Amino acid sequence: MTKTKMAIHSATKFYETRSGSTHALDNVSLDVREGEFLCILGPSGCGKSTLLWSMAGLHALSGGEVKLGSETITQPHPEIAMIFQDANLLPWRNLAKNIALPFELKRKPPDQARIDSLLERVNLKGFENKFPRELSGGMQQRASIVRSLAVDPSVLLMDEPFGALDAFTRDEMNLLIQEIWMETRKTIVFVTHSISEAIFLADRVVVMSARPGRIASIYDIDIPRPRPVDIQTKPDFIARVLEIKGSIDNGRGAAAGLAIT
Amino acid sequence: MDKALGNKIPEFNKKPGGAGGSGLAGLSSFGSGDHRSKLEIVVIILVAVVIIGGSEILLRLFNVPQYIIPKPTQIVTALFTEWHFLWPHIVITLYELLTGFFIGGSIGFILAAVITQFPFVEKVVTPYILLLVTTPMLALVPLLILRFGFGSEPRIIAVALASGPMVMINAATGFRRVDLAKIALARSFGASTLQIFTKIRIPMAMPMIIVGLMVGSIFGLLTAIGAEMVGGAEGLGNRLTYYSALIRMPQFFAIIFLLATIGISIYIFFFWLGKKWASWEA
Ligand SMILES: Nc1ncnc2c1ncn2[C@@H]1O[C@H](COP(=O)(O)OP(=O)(O)O)[C@@H](O)[C@H]1O
Ligand SMILES: [Mg+2]
Repeated sequence: MTKTKMAIHSATKFYETRSGSTHALDNVSLDVREGEFLCILGPSGCGKSTLLWSMAGLHALSGGEVKLGSETITQPHPEIAMIFQDANLLPWRNLAKNIALPFELKRKPPDQARIDSLLERVNLKGFENKFPRELSGGMQQRASIVRSLAVDPSVLLMDEPFGALDAFTRDEMNLLIQEIWMETRKTIVFVTHSISEAIFLADRVVVMSARPGRIASIYDIDIPRPRPVDIQTKPDFIARVLEIKGSIDNGRGAAAGLAIT
Repeated sequence: MDKALGNKIPEFNKKPGGAGGSGLAGLSSFGSGDHRSKLEIVVIILVAVVIIGGSEILLRLFNVPQYIIPKPTQIVTALFTEWHFLWPHIVITLYELLTGFFIGGSIGFILAAVITQFPFVEKVVTPYILLLVTTPMLALVPLLILRFGFGSEPRIIAVALASGPMVMINAATGFRRVDLAKIALARSFGASTLQIFTKIRIPMAMPMIIVGLMVGSIFGLLTAIGAEMVGGAEGLGNRLTYYSALIRMPQFFAIIFLLATIGISIYIFFFWLGKKWASWEA
């Protein structure tokens, strides 16, 4: 039995807005194992970001709790780094200064040796003086991965990080993040709405359903690593995609039925 | 850390110019020595020579009397012969402008930064700021003179009142642009409220802050000159009234020339500052 890295106990979240209250998460409980690659999969609006932001300590839950080891997460934790959709680099800083931001905020000198080897690793050496707008989407997202890994967190939370990239770049990025995970063995929680991306990357796929956000089912993905990109065209892989897709569609049917009664 | 931040400034200069827009876009190419920009400079100088030389020739040709429009050569002569009378007035006007702008600009900037954090306070305060923006502060000058006398104080106050609200209203527009993802990013790395302000909010507002400073300082200049025309015995505005009363038009136009030079210098300065600190938003 592997150790639990993060534990979510009965997480419930309501958003109170002027137009009323949204029930974004309903009683979500989940253990994230130490060193595992966990994908959270679900249609847009099912509460994936809400769950991830709670795990990052960026906003409070209405009920339940998030634990990192024995600590309860109520605010951002140095062991946990977040990677956002569309890279989220600061446009007024060049790449080097963007990567130095976490160190600046923590009032520490940047770990230049580590940063350099990470830049080398993701093929961004020599681009330190470029500004974000001068880089492609894939390069920007690679830079944001370096920014997060530079401070050596043990948990990486990734919120649809490659959702805005084209299919080719996305495959490249998926390979890269798989390699990084195999080299570093960080605990990664990766949110996506792509079934094949989830299966390609994950040890376990957590499928969520919407309104309110709940965990519908969890799938173990025991495909050996490293997984090549063309594995996605193999019958076994496609069978897994169809299985998960089928469960999501069934879930929708049931929800629709509930709505009628 | 501050040093690291300062280091980024030269790098803004490294990349080739892209910002610009107005007629002063040509300025960006003064620094670089490539062929095209040399040609541009030649054309700019040629146009200036044709306009100034042309008006000189036309004024001579039609024998326009000096008290209606003086010839460029007369204006330049007046500038040189009167220089030692003029420069103390330049110093006084610049002193009033800089002091008033510094006071007004600082207050405007701080108000903008604070008020945008509290939407309710902003709603309450905004009408009064709008009132200050739309009311010509010159109207208050006679009142200020009654209270503070004919020295520099009433004019400094008028400059501050004219420039402060301009800085405030533009900077507030900048500070209102909240990018929740960028703030969340900073928070996820443990940023304090102050760090979010200095590392995210201020840089994000910088383009609008610079616009506010530019507009505010130009308004300050107009107000300083106007206030000097209303009363007192010093400053370039006062010299305008003085020379026009004596119908000494070459001197009068020499001062107009000086005022234009100050105004354009202000514009160029903030244009340059914008390229340095806000060019990421080109
Ligand atoms: N800040 C917010 N205020 C109000 N409602 C929100 C907010 N953020 C998300 N929601 C709502 O909560 C639900 C879940 O959103 P989210 O967690 O972003 O879903 P996902 O990331 O899976 O697309 C959605 O119905 C969304 O409209
Ligand atoms: Mg989301």
